[in-house]
Amino acid sequence: MRVRFTVNGQEHVVDDVWPGESLLFLLRERCGLPGSKNACEQGECGSCTVYLDGRTVCSCLVAAGQADGRTVRTVEGLAAGDRLHPLQRAFVEAGAVQCGFCTPGLLMQAHDLLEHTSGSPTDAEIREALAGNLCRCTGYEKIIEAVRQAAETTVERETHQ
Amino acid sequence: MDFLRPVTWAEALELKAEHPVARPIAGGTDLMVELNFDKSRPTALLDLTRVDELTGWEHAGDLIRIGAGVPYARVIGELGDLLPGLAIASRTVGSPQIRNRGTIGGNLGSASPAGDAHPPLLASDAEVEVESVRGVRVLPIDEFFLRPKVSALAPDELIRAVRVERAGGPQQFAKIGTRNAMVIAVCSFALALHPAARRVGTGIGSAAPTPVRARAADEFLSGALDWAGGGPVAEEVSRRFGELVAGAASPIDDVRGTTGYRRHALAVMARRTLAWTWHDYREGGAVCA
Repeated sequence: MRVRFTVNGQEHVVDDVWPGESLLFLLRERCGLPGSKNACEQGECGSCTVYLDGRTVCSCLVAAGQADGRTVRTVEGLAAGDRLHPLQRAFVEAGAVQCGFCTPGLLMQAHDLLEHTSGSPTDAEIREALAGNLCRCTGYEKIIEAVRQAAETTVERETHQ
Repeated sequence: MDFLRPVTWAEALELKAEHPVARPIAGGTDLMVELNFDKSRPTALLDLTRVDELTGWEHAGDLIRIGAGVPYARVIGELGDLLPGLAIASRTVGSPQIRNRGTIGGNLGSASPAGDAHPPLLASDAEVEVESVRGVRVLPIDEFFLRPKVSALAPDELIRAVRVERAGGPQQFAKIGTRNAMVIAVCSFALALHPAARRVGTGIGSAAPTPVRARAADEFLSGALDWAGGGPVAEEVSRRFGELVAGAASPIDDVRGTTGYRRHALAVMARRTLAWTWHDYREGGAVCA
C-alpha cells in the first residue's frame, strides 16, 4: 500500500506500507522521524502525540492508511532550524525534562493548548490538557511550570508587538 | 490485509456488502489497540474517516441526528446545550487526544458494556440508524446491545447515525474510576429528566453484560417526583431510587471492581445525579415563573 502525506511541510511518499501498521510506525520506521515515541501502543501515555490535520492525536492509534493525503506535524517540526520553539526553550529552562521520553508528546499537547488559549492558561487547564501524557520520572510540577513560562513569554511577546 | 478507503457513504455500503468481514475503523481508539497487540488480524480494514456524510450532526425535527463519525471533542464543543448528558459523558472519555479521535459511532460499534456514550443515550431513548445496501434500519438503543462487545449490526451493515431527542430537562452523568482522565468506567450512570412527559430516563454502564436501563427505577421516580410543584425530593424517595438502580444491574467481580462495590456505587451515583438534576429543574422552574 502506498501512503502519500505531508509531514512538517514536506511531502512523503511511502511504499509497501502494511495496512495494519500505525501512523507512529510509519513516522518512526519509514520516514526517519523518531521524535514521536513508542511506549504503550494503546493511547494511554501520549508519548506519540502528533498533529493530524491540526488536531492532536495519539499516532499509535491512527492506521497508517488513514494519514494518506493528510497533514502531520511532529515534534521535529516545532523548532525553526536550530532555533528552539519558545515551548522547547521553556522545558529546558524549567528543568521539565528528566529522561526525556515523554517530552515530545508533552510538547505537542502543550503546543496545542497554547495555540487554543488566549492569554495564559490556568493550572487546571494545563493539567486537563496534559492529562493523557504520562511522565514516569514524576516531573509534572516542572512540566506545568514550563508551560506557564512559555505562555507568559508568548503573551509578553504579543503585548510588545 | 486490505485497506478499503471509501469516500462516499454509498461506496462504504457497497464495500461492506462485498467484504462483510472487513472491520470498520474510524478513530481507531479500540481497533488499533487490537492490531498493535496482535489480538486480532482482520483480513480488511474499512476506513470511514473519508466519508463526509458521517462527520456532521443536524436537527431533524425534535431530534438531533449525530453522524457516526462525529468525535467526542465536537459533542463537547457543539452539543453541550442540546444534549448535556451526552456531552458530560463525552467529557470523561480518555484524554484530549482520544476525544479528538474517538467517535460516537465507534463507541456504539464496539458495544463495550463500559462505553461512556451508552448510558446517556439510553436515558434519552436514542435510536441507532444502521444501513446496508439492503436498506436502513432504525433500532431503539436498548435493542442495539446484545452481549459484551456484540451489537445487533448485521455483517453487511454500518452505523450511519444516532438520533437523540434534544434535552427537554436537566441531564447528568456520573462515572467511577481511579482518576479523572484515562479511565475505563468501574461503573457509570446517566439520568435524564423529561418534564414534558413527567418521566425520567436512566442508563447504567459497566455493571451488566450490556449497557442497561433501570426500568423499575424509572417508573418509580417518574411517579414520585413533584413535577408540578417542584417540591424537594424526600429522603425516602432518593434512597429507594438508588436501591432500584443498584438492583437493575447485574455486575461481576473483575480487575476494576467487585459486584458489591459496583452496586453500592450505582446507588450513590443515582442519588447524586437525582439531587443535581432536580436542583437544576427547580432552579429552571423558578426562572420561568
